[in-house]
Amino acid sequence: MIYWELFLAFFIPNIIGYGGGPAIIPLIEAEVVSRYGWMTSQEFAETLALGNALPSPIATKMAGYIGYDIAGIGGAFVAVSATVIPSLLLMLGALGLLYRHRDSPRVKRMSQWVRPVIAIMMAWLTLGFLLESLNTSGAIHTLIIGIAAAIALLRFNMHPAFVVISAVIYGALFIS
Amino acid sequence: MIPLVHAEVVTRHKWLTDEEFADVLAIGNTLPGPIATKMPGYIGYRVGGVSGCIAAVIAVIVPMIVAMIVMLGIFSRYRDVAWIRGMGQAVIPVVMIMMGQLTWDFFDKSQAALGWLASALMAVIAGGLIYWLGVHPGWVIGAILLTAMLRPTGKKRVEGSA
Repeated sequence: MIYWELFLAFFIPNIIGYGGGPAIIPLIEAEVVSRYGWMTSQEFAETLALGNALPSPIATKMAGYIGYDIAGIGGAFVAVSATVIPSLLLMLGALGLLYRHRDSPRVKRMSQWVRPVIAIMMAWLTLGFLLESLNTSGAIHTLIIGIAAAIALLRFNMHPAFVVISAVIYGALFIS
Repeated sequence: MIPLVHAEVVTRHKWLTDEEFADVLAIGNTLPGPIATKMPGYIGYRVGGVSGCIAAVIAVIVPMIVAMIVMLGIFSRYRDVAWIRGMGQAVIPVVMIMMGQLTWDFFDKSQAALGWLASALMAVIAGGLIYWLGVHPGWVIGAILLTAMLRPTGKKRVEGSA
């Protein structure tokens, strides 16, 4: 049942994705690329690039697009609901309880302890993108775009949208 | 994003006080899931009940989802054209750098809280379980969350307050 799988694929990352917003990215990849095989690594990279270039939270944009891509409007609705509703219900339902424990060391260490796991999954994903790019575009293009993107993003703090658009123009002109 | 929501909710419409806003933010941060939908959802609920909640969440997420679907939809349709395919390929190294930056960011934060050794050890063990033994990441993280929640904190109080 595709809707149930879509629900799980977005519910699980969002309920365990502690440690900061982007934590869900490798968790979603683990579901939609590795587990269910709905997207190729290339398509996931494209989705992520556009998602990073546009404003508003990455989690709902990815859920909306991937859900739509897999199962139309209904799919988008299921994936976005699985992303938004569970933690929102927890927030509305358990506000008093959460309020009392908001500074609790247990709550803090939940984020802290999950971070190394997310970090290794992100590293794995980074490596996957490197291999994918070497495989499809070759070492020279990968190196040129990678170094330029690193300088623009890390050294000059440029907006991701600008970097993605520049890369897209480079790709249209030189990789074909 | 957060300062912009604050400007609307507290300064302009006065739906919440400064203190209430800070509390909602703190509570939202203790839960998983994107803060940018939890906050509007909660504030929408406070101001206008269930329909307020739905309206606020839709206002935040729907425009950009539609933009994603339209843009990637057009892109996918013309994937067979060589220069359009080149556009898609060129994006991968950029995403690689972004993901590398996030990797560093998450490892650095975890190193600051747990120390190098513990962070590296946890990362290697988790990586081995997930990628070598094929354990679903949900089980690994679920087990960690459960341990973090249930294990007594007595002797760790110093670390927790850091």
